[in-house]
Formats: sequence, C-alpha cells, structure tokens
Amino acid sequence: MTEFFAMGGYGAFVWPSYVLAAVVMIAVLAASIRAVRAREAELEAVQKLRPGRQRRRDANPEPEQT
Amino acid sequence: MTRKQRRLYFVVLGLLAVGAAAALVLTALKEDIVFFFSPTEIVEAKVPTEGRRIRLGGLVETGSVVKEGASVRFTVTDGAHAVPVIYAGILPDLFREGQGVVTEGRMDKGTFQAAEVLAKHDENYMPKEVADSLKKSGQWQGDGGKTPEAAK
Amino acid sequence: MHRFANPARFLRIAALIQPWSVAVAVLALGAGLWFSLFASPADYQQGETVRIMYIHVPSAWMGMFCYTAMAVFSAMALIWKHPLADLLARATAPVGAAFTFVCLVTGALWGKPMWGTWWVWDARLTSMLLLLFLYLGYMALADAFDDPERGQKAAAILALVGVVNVPIIKWSVDWWNTLHQPASVVKMGGPAIDAAMMVPLILMAVGFKAYWVVVLILRARAEIAGAKLRTLRMAQIHAAGQLEQPRAEQGGS
Repeated sequence: MTEFFAMGGYGAFVWPSYVLAAVVMIAVLAASIRAVRAREAELEAVQKLRPGRQRRRDANPEPEQT
Repeated sequence: MTRKQRRLYFVVLGLLAVGAAAALVLTALKEDIVFFFSPTEIVEAKVPTEGRRIRLGGLVETGSVVKEGASVRFTVTDGAHAVPVIYAGILPDLFREGQGVVTEGRMDKGTFQAAEVLAKHDENYMPKEVADSLKKSGQWQGDGGKTPEAAK
Repeated sequence: MHRFANPARFLRIAALIQPWSVAVAVLALGAGLWFSLFASPADYQQGETVRIMYIHVPSAWMGMFCYTAMAVFSAMALIWKHPLADLLARATAPVGAAFTFVCLVTGALWGKPMWGTWWVWDARLTSMLLLLFLYLGYMALADAFDDPERGQKAAAILALVGVVNVPIIKWSVDWWNTLHQPASVVKMGGPAIDAAMMVPLILMAVGFKAYWVVVLILRARAEIAGAKLRTLRMAQIHAAGQLEQPRAEQGGS
C-alpha cells in the first residue's frame, strides 16, 4: 500500500496531477449545476407571474397591441 | 440567402488570411522558434557560437559519460557530428546514455560548458518487459534508430 | 442543421442524451482510473511517472477539441446567426479552458522529474499556453459588452482567428525541434504506445469527452433559461411602459 502511494518515488508528482484534474472537473461541474438550478428556478418564478399579467391585459383590450 | 453566403465567404476569406499571416510569421521566425541546435549545426558553424548562450541537443553518446569529481563529461551526438560537454550540477532522472538531451550553455574552445542539462525523451512508451523482449529479438527501434549499448 | 437551432427541440434532445452521457462519463472515468493507477505497467524509461500521461494527454486533446468546437460554433453563429450556436460556443469555453489548465500544470509536474525542469519556452509548451490565453480572452470578451450580442460577435471573431493555433500546437513538435517529444498516438505508422498503456489513455479520453457533453448540456440549459429570462424581463418593462403611456396619450388626444 505504501509502495503504491510512493509511485516509485514519484508520488509527489503523480498524485497532485490526479487531484488537480479531479478538483478542476468537479468545480466546473458544480458551477454548471448551480447555474442551471438558479436560472431555471428564476425562470419558473417569473413565468408563474406572467399568466396573471396576460389575463389582466386580455381583460382590458383598451391599450393597443404590441 | 445572399447575405448568409456573403458572411460565409467573409468568414472563409478571413480564416485564409489569418492562416496565411500565421504561416508567413512562423516561416520568418523559423530560426528563433528552434529550441536547440544539433551538433552538426554547431560543428559546421552554421550558427554563431562564440560567447553566445545557446542550446545544444542530441543523443548522449553511449559510453561517453565520465564523472570527474563534482562535474560530469559526456558527448552529444546526432550521428554525423559530436560535441563534448562538461557540466557540474544535478542531472535529470531521465539522463541516460543513448537517450536524448538538451543542454544550455556556451562553447569554449571546442567544449560545450553546460549550465543546464535537460533530458528529452522519445515518443515510445512501453513496459520494461516489452522493451526487453524487443531488444532480445532484435526488433528494437527506439533511441533514434540505433541500438544503445545498454540494450545489447 | 436548422432543425437543431430551435431551443425547445434542443432541450428535448439534450434531455434524451444527458442520462447516457452521464453514464458513459462515470463508467469510462471509473474504468480509466482503475487502469491508469492499478492495471497498467510502468514505463521502461519513465517508470511510474507515465501515469501522469493518462491525465495530461487526454486534457491536451480536450483543450484542442473544445477550441475547435468553439470555433465551429462561432462560425455557425456568425454566418447563419444561430442563437444556439453562440450559446454552445459560450458553454464550451470554460470546459476547454479548464482542461488546458490541467494539461499545463500536469505537464509541469511531469517535466520536473523527467526533463529536469517545470517549464521551457519551446514551441509546443508556448503554443499551449497561448491556447489558455485565447480561452480567457474569449470568455472576457463575451462578457465585456453591455449588449450581449456585440460581445458575442467580438468573441466569435477572436475564436475564429485563434483557431490557427490548434494545428500549430499539433504539429509544433514536427515543424521545430522542441524539448517536448513528438506525437505518440496520432502519428504516421501507428501509435508508439504499448497496448497496455493505450487502454487507460483511450478510456480517460472517452470519459473526458462524455464529461464535456454533460457540462455542455447543463451550461446550454442555463444559457437558454437566461435568454428566456431576459426576453421576459424586456417584455415586462415594455408592457409596464405601455400601461402608463397610452393613458397619457389618450389624455392628450
């Protein structure tokens, strides 16, 4: 086991490579997931408000169409 | 449609222009992009060497490595010509006879005084057993096409 | 091509692809790690440091692949004005930049013990560093303008100009002498890597590509939602303005 982590004396170079790749890939993935969740939740919230607006506009046909 | 076509031609022409410009610049800079000079270029004086800090690259000639106290002497060859090198310092782990090397330093009376030695490896990757069996069966083609002493 | 330009259709296709790309990424990276660290031999010259290759080389491929994809998407955006093409180019950039960064750092970690130096300014290393700067420039430019369309157009032009760097990276080791060794996998006369080392290399490369698809779809979804939000907000501001203005006009007439 110790031999495996030593990597023939090059453990100080091999392990940081793998750790760096893992950290960078997880960070990019996590940031992307956070962005999707935030934006899609926001969009849903705004869309929930919209039908109300539209009905109000329909009820009052006085203002000219866009 | 015509506007799209015009934009398509514009992008293609732009790419061609940028590509041509890059090719011209790289051709003009060819000498400067070269990372090291070969022993032939230095021996035949194709590059000015006196007093200039330059890089010399090639294979470490097999059997040429001699330790002299704190410093080490070896010969860098490209098959046609060889340049003797003297160096005092830590050699990289991959520094071996028959392997590639790039040294930085100055020419001094026919000897290259190296301030830095870097190892350059080839593009072949294989486990030790495969290398051994290739050497045994005489199919060895690594190390610049020549069989190094260590492999015989 | 235009069939995919519709965001709703893209989202439907993306939803179908996503579970598969997640599965491929997890399986390929899992198997790739197993082979990279346990089930592959040490190199006859470089010993255990050859294991850095299974991160370094697929990362380098991703850096070049993502840039090429970004340039193709940018060309489609400039020529055909696909809103989706712009969005996919923007979604690819951070992934490419991340892998280019990983490639450069793992290269240094490999260079120190083997070559004897962290970094040299040879053609291969320098052109790869330029690739990272191109990614950073693209991302900065895409966000630099208040009008997102203008920023996107400037960034797309940068992506296209910078694409000449990709073949330079690939063939730098053949055109000039460098400290970096020539190509091992994609070369004339077949790869110079033993089959036992090819397995982890290919697995990691497949895993990285699948990871790119996963992240691309996620980021594209976020961008589409963001674009919809912008349109909705604009419509709201517009509608709010119109509710007040007609009254004033009516009062006037």
